[in-house]
Formats: sequence, C-alpha cells, structure tokens
Amino acid sequence: MNDWQPGTTLDSLRQRGRILSELRSFFQQRNVLEVDVPVLATTSVTDRNIDSIATLVGSCGESAGFLQTSPEYFMKRLLAAGSGDIFCLGKAFRHGEAGIRHNPEFTLLEWYRCGWDEHQLMAELGELISELIPAVSIEKHRYADLFIEHLELDPHQADLASLQEIAVKHGSDAWSNESRANCLDLLFSLVIEPRLADGLVLVYDYPACQAALSRCYVDSQERSVSRRFEAFLNRVELANGYFELTDGQEQLNRFYMDQQARKIAGKPLMAIDQNLLAALESGLPECSGVALGVDRLLMQIEGAACLDKVMPFSWGRC
Amino acid sequence: MANFSTNEFRPGLKVMLDGDPCSILENDYVKPGKGQAFNRVKLRNLKTARVLEKTFKSGETLEAADVMDTEMQYLYNDGDFWCFMEPDTFEQHQATENAVGDALQWLSEQDMCVVTLYNGAPLSVTPPNHVELAIVETDPGLRGDTAQGGNKPAKLSTGAVVKVPLFLDEGDVIRVDTRTGEYQGRATTK
Repeated sequence: MNDWQPGTTLDSLRQRGRILSELRSFFQQRNVLEVDVPVLATTSVTDRNIDSIATLVGSCGESAGFLQTSPEYFMKRLLAAGSGDIFCLGKAFRHGEAGIRHNPEFTLLEWYRCGWDEHQLMAELGELISELIPAVSIEKHRYADLFIEHLELDPHQADLASLQEIAVKHGSDAWSNESRANCLDLLFSLVIEPRLADGLVLVYDYPACQAALSRCYVDSQERSVSRRFEAFLNRVELANGYFELTDGQEQLNRFYMDQQARKIAGKPLMAIDQNLLAALESGLPECSGVALGVDRLLMQIEGAACLDKVMPFSWGRC
Repeated sequence: MANFSTNEFRPGLKVMLDGDPCSILENDYVKPGKGQAFNRVKLRNLKTARVLEKTFKSGETLEAADVMDTEMQYLYNDGDFWCFMEPDTFEQHQATENAVGDALQWLSEQDMCVVTLYNGAPLSVTPPNHVELAIVETDPGLRGDTAQGGNKPAKLSTGAVVKVPLFLDEGDVIRVDTRTGEYQGRATTK
C-alpha cells in the first residue's frame, strides 16, 4: 500500500513553500503586519451555510471549542485594538466540506487594509496575483452585469418566483422553494462561473441578500447592493472580500438573521461572538478585508485538477 | 432498500432516479464561499445506458437500486432468451435481447461474463474485456504481408465484424478487446 505517501509531487511541495514565502514578502514589503491568531476558540461564525468543527477543550472541566472557519473575528478584534494593516496566513476549518476543490482543513490568506474601500483592495489583490502569475489577465465586472449578460436577469430586482423558476430549470425541483440567495448562488455557479474568462475575474456589488459581513448601500437605480466582492481564477472561486461592516447594531441584526436561518434549516445554533460585537462597539476602523484560498491558488498556478495534487495530505490521506 | 445521501455518492454506487436504476459516474461537491452546498452528479441510466447530469442539494438522498453485478456463464440462446448460469448455485437466468444488447456479438457458449441483475432479473450483460474468437469469413490472406499496415474486415464466429491485418485467414483465432472492438493479436491459446 502506498497510502502513506503525500498527494503532491516533490516539485509541488517546493512550489508551495516558495509561494508561502512570496505571499509573506509581498505584505512585508508593504508594511502589512503578519498576525498569528487562534484557530481554536469558544465561539465561531453563525453563518447559515458555514459549519464549524466542534471539539471539547478540557482544562477545568470540558467545555465546547470550535475550530475557526477563518481568522476574521480575531483579526477584527486586533484592528479595533489599533493594529493597523494586518495579514494572517494560516489554517481554517470547515465542517463537511470535502471534494475536488474543498478540504475540511485548508490554508487561508486573509488581510485587512485600513482606510481602503473594496475597489482599492481588489486592485491590490490583482497586484498580488500578477506577482505570482506574471501576465495574468484581470477583468472586473458588476455582479448584476454578469446576470444580465448570461441570464438576461437583474439579480437585484427579479422577483423570487421567477428566480426559483430559472433555478429549477438549471438545477432541479429541489430549488422550487429556495431562498433568493440560494437561487442566485446556484445560477452563478452553474451558469455564470463556467463562462467567466481565463485569468483573474473580480466580481463586485453583490446583492444585499448575500452581504455577509459587508456594508450595503442603495445604488442610483434604487437597488440595495452589498459592497462585497469575489475573485475567480480560471473560473475557480479564489477569494471573498468586503468593505467591512463597522456598525455593531447592524452586525447583531445579521447574526440574529443567521441564527433564525440555522434554526429553520435544523442546524445547530451557534452562540454570537460577544467579543466581536464589543470590538465593533469600541470602534472598528474603516477598512476592507479579503480572504484567499491558498490551496486553490496553488491548484491554478500548477494547473492541477484537484486539491489533492497540491496539498501534502488532503483529508483522504489523513 | 437503504437511502444514500449525496455525501455517500461514489462512482459505481447504484441508485434509483426517476424510477430507473442508475450507476453514479462522478460526484462533484460545489459550494460557493458563503452559499449553500450542492452536488453535480453524473449518472448512467442502466436501462438506456444514457449518461445524465443532475444537480442535488447537499444532503438530499436517493434510494439504493437493487442492482447486483454477478459473474455468470453464458449457456445458450433458445431463440427468444439468452440463458446464463451462476456457477456456484447453478441458478439460471433468462436475459432478453434488450438486456444482452451489444454483448451478444462477443459471447460464445461457456464464456464467463458479468450479468447485472436488477430486482433479480438480468438488466445488462458485460462481456469479458478480451475474447478469443475464430474468423469465419474474410478475404484470403496475403502471404508475407506481416509488416505493412492496412487491414480488412473479418467476421468472427459470434457474428462480430472487426478489422484485422491482411495476413490473417479464415479459421485463424484472434484476440479482441470487447470494449473497443479492436483486434489485439493472434490468440495464444486454443
């Protein structure tokens, strides 16, 4: 049996080492401080579609612990404490995510820029990818423009019934009762993603129903739009960023909505991270942040067909 | 029968879809960063052999199909049915022409093959990957022409027609890959 062996070649292992150090030097040259935050904490995200891996931590009796799905909350607490620009290159964990482009443990690069909006951050993301992949082509599109081009549909204004109808057509009957956000996600993944250009494609101005932790605004056509963006590299989702929400009350409302959605879906309820809320109350500086999947980046740099080829030991080998 | 959830879908798993037994070929887990997970699944309908693609929400389930691949010996054709026997139990199964399908052209009596049973009845027949069969009809062989390229059609004892090199003659026994229908060489046994 050769099951003990890594999934990567030695060349790919060296490539990973090189890319990790290039990522670090990119930020060091720009005076962005590397921070090393916990991956184990007593709370985790309330996201309706992201599940945390729970564990037990025994010190004085056993209490619940969660492996963090991203360093976001700890990094925001550092930002509120006055850290200035920071980046974190480390591990994140997501329950139940395994496949060609998913692994329950993965390497995530996340960084925050104080005083920047999402467009400045997208530009920096473009510069980072250009350093790693010289001559990469970069495109930038509004989320709505892609829907109008490929589906002749305004994702902000189309009514739920017609979204569901189109989702059923492209997916299956299972989408006939789905939420707005889920129908849009399905259509984006099945119809738009495969038609995106080669290279880096930045998509911004997501619908408000997919705002997550970004701030929202009402655009000139009276559409409620979130200041969230995503980056795709050769049609694979690579990074997700926000012009960050700094309003603690609004953040709390979104946590409540998440909890409600988890309850309806029959998922375990997640306690709200009071430390994050307190940090927002005390004042998170205006900033933008983005998280980038390093394993997927390596997959694209090497032209690998699956994560197993670029991770020393993907979940199937652990 | 049991139910299988999308996260248990593996290539080769047999499930029921819209009333037909299907074999899973590929299962791709898709999850937009902040979105709900779903699975894009490629399946082969075992009745029609057609390949279809379906999208399921992660966690959806399909009923297992009562489908079993069983090694059997081909016995004879009685005009309407093709008769196969399980070598261990001597239990015999009658397969329709539809179930035997393309396997028909490769099967000689006594050959071992895989019969896929659905609810206990033959659904399809897979011949051995390689068979050795005699040529019953072809143009006369060209002596000495062993190196040149070029080939000719040859009809085999089971009725299959394959392309063979020019030097072969009627009565020669050849080895054929049933998956591609390609000539592999002269038979080494028989």
